[in-house]
Amino acid sequence: MTWKFTSAVAGVALLASAGGAAAEGELNIYNWGNYTNPDLIKKFEEAHGVKVTVTDYDSNSTALTKVKAGGHGFDIVVPSANYVPIFVKEGLLLEARPDEMSNFKNVDPKWVDVSWDPGRRYTVPWQWGTTGIAVNTEAYKGDVNTSAIFMDPPEELVGKVNVVPEMADVLALAIMYEGGKPCTEDKALLKKVRDALMAAKPKWMSMDYGMTDKMSSGDVMASVNWNGSTFRVRANNPSVVYGYPKEGYPIWMDSVAILKDAGNVENAKLFMNFIMEPENAALISAFARYANGISGSEAFMPEEMKTAPEIVVPAEFKAAGTFLPTCPKAAQDLYTAIWTELRK
Amino acid sequence: MARPTSALSAGELTARQTIVRRYWLLCLPALVLLVVAASGPLLIVLAYSFLEPADYSGVIWNLSGEGWFKVILNKDIFDDTVSLADAHMTIFWRSARLSILTTLLTLIVGFPTAYFIATRPKTHRQYWLFLITIPFWTNLLIRTYAIMEVIRNEGILNSSLMALGVIGEPLQILYTDTAVLIGMVYVYLPLMVLPLYAAMERLDFRLVEAGYDLYATRFQVLRRVIIPLVKPGIIAGSILVFIPSLGAYVTPRVLGGGKNMMIGNLIELQFGEGRNWPLGAALSIGLLVAVMAALVFYVRNEQAER
Repeated sequence: MTWKFTSAVAGVALLASAGGAAAEGELNIYNWGNYTNPDLIKKFEEAHGVKVTVTDYDSNSTALTKVKAGGHGFDIVVPSANYVPIFVKEGLLLEARPDEMSNFKNVDPKWVDVSWDPGRRYTVPWQWGTTGIAVNTEAYKGDVNTSAIFMDPPEELVGKVNVVPEMADVLALAIMYEGGKPCTEDKALLKKVRDALMAAKPKWMSMDYGMTDKMSSGDVMASVNWNGSTFRVRANNPSVVYGYPKEGYPIWMDSVAILKDAGNVENAKLFMNFIMEPENAALISAFARYANGISGSEAFMPEEMKTAPEIVVPAEFKAAGTFLPTCPKAAQDLYTAIWTELRK
Repeated sequence: MARPTSALSAGELTARQTIVRRYWLLCLPALVLLVVAASGPLLIVLAYSFLEPADYSGVIWNLSGEGWFKVILNKDIFDDTVSLADAHMTIFWRSARLSILTTLLTLIVGFPTAYFIATRPKTHRQYWLFLITIPFWTNLLIRTYAIMEVIRNEGILNSSLMALGVIGEPLQILYTDTAVLIGMVYVYLPLMVLPLYAAMERLDFRLVEAGYDLYATRFQVLRRVIIPLVKPGIIAGSILVFIPSLGAYVTPRVLGGGKNMMIGNLIELQFGEGRNWPLGAALSIGLLVAVMAALVFYVRNEQAER
């Protein structure tokens, strides 16, 4: 064997490393991508003389895995409701007692005694929203308030539908479409769910994130999508509407928590208190276009958000919304098996 | 000046021992790096593949063959019948097929390119090589997104084809296996060109001339003279392209639309949302073994021919 590997070849390996030492006056936020208003960060930096760094993740599982591995250097994480109990159970969160902070009085009472964090001892609300269906009405003029858009796509949308690869959301929608409840372990029903998903998959275009851009540009005509993202799409492309599946749709909330191994606990607490101020909470919503859980923030919100059908759930669809619980391991295993088969 | 060892004095013996000791001492950093930094993580992956998954990612230190069982076999979640893991086989097969196609296509495109560079005047060659390495200046992810910009429905390719009247409506290339193939060929092409060039640079072109003198046709010269002589380059390039293709993650994720996974994405799913680290670890080791088997096969074949 006389292979000669040129030195140029050796230079191919791509390495990326990240990490910074904790120093005074710093705050490292680990949050979903395209989700944090730069103006909010700037305001916080100016108010408290703290240097803030925001790092992105794309899914709850990514965040959990990275935080659990340790050595991440983050102070704040923003998990969804169904992941908060996992973070707590794994001993990853600091009991920061936001309920004793001065701005806690602003938290909307309906978001205080929540199932994932009763009495809010660990987390404060960041944003909440719904997972529904975004449809470009140029491609399809029929009823959009149904999961049939992706479970049984109408002819006009065959090959043009996207499904965001968020297992919990998609399976919840599919289960409710088949008449079950999220986290069900009813095998007869799950079998129906699997078969329906497998039959629908050839009619999908993709299973991808990034719908804010792809639906705005018209590359994707319909998608399982989040309400705020769809609101942003509509601003770019007015023919896109948001549908609330009448068969049932998930409601979610992402909450701000401080990590147990945070290096800048005091700054993190300052930040928690800071975002419970209505004016600041409104800044969060003004960027990512989701509602927040702070009373009085509406007054500071952009005018178009106060009436947007994506943000203000129309009365007729309110009852169909369900909060996604944390599924037990047995259900999780069944869902993963279905999900793997679906994505093979 | 060969002397029998017994004739060495005691002093010379200790001197030799010191040299040997120093030799090992100097090797130590490299050995530590190899054993701890290269094999260590692999051993952890191997160990994890035999453990039980914890409820929320991570592992429990209980011995279990469940991970390996699931790689090959599938217990139906609804009626508990055991069958071949159809989903995993489909994914493995897709990865192997796309990797082989990528290797063949990069070879077809890379061979003339390398030949072209090797036949330029010596002073010019470095500039051509320089051009080949330019893509490495940009991050892989950004290059992949650039490909996406070209082939998407409203992208450059479709809009120019439509403007020219070649097609009536956009071709759906993005989010198909074809898109993944285009992306991988583009990304891995330099890895084929560089070793091919290294082999061709050392090719004695007088042999090519001799071939023509002996009335060989162009095709015969290529097949009987050039290809056998640059074969080590072809093999090196093929291995360099095939192995990373098999484990490709970014390209299938961005261009494949996530609907059709490759092994890399399947492994990521197990460590992420699937929360089944032992299965992910077993899949990783399985991939490693498959790659090693392919390598051994190559090397054996190569030696048998000599």
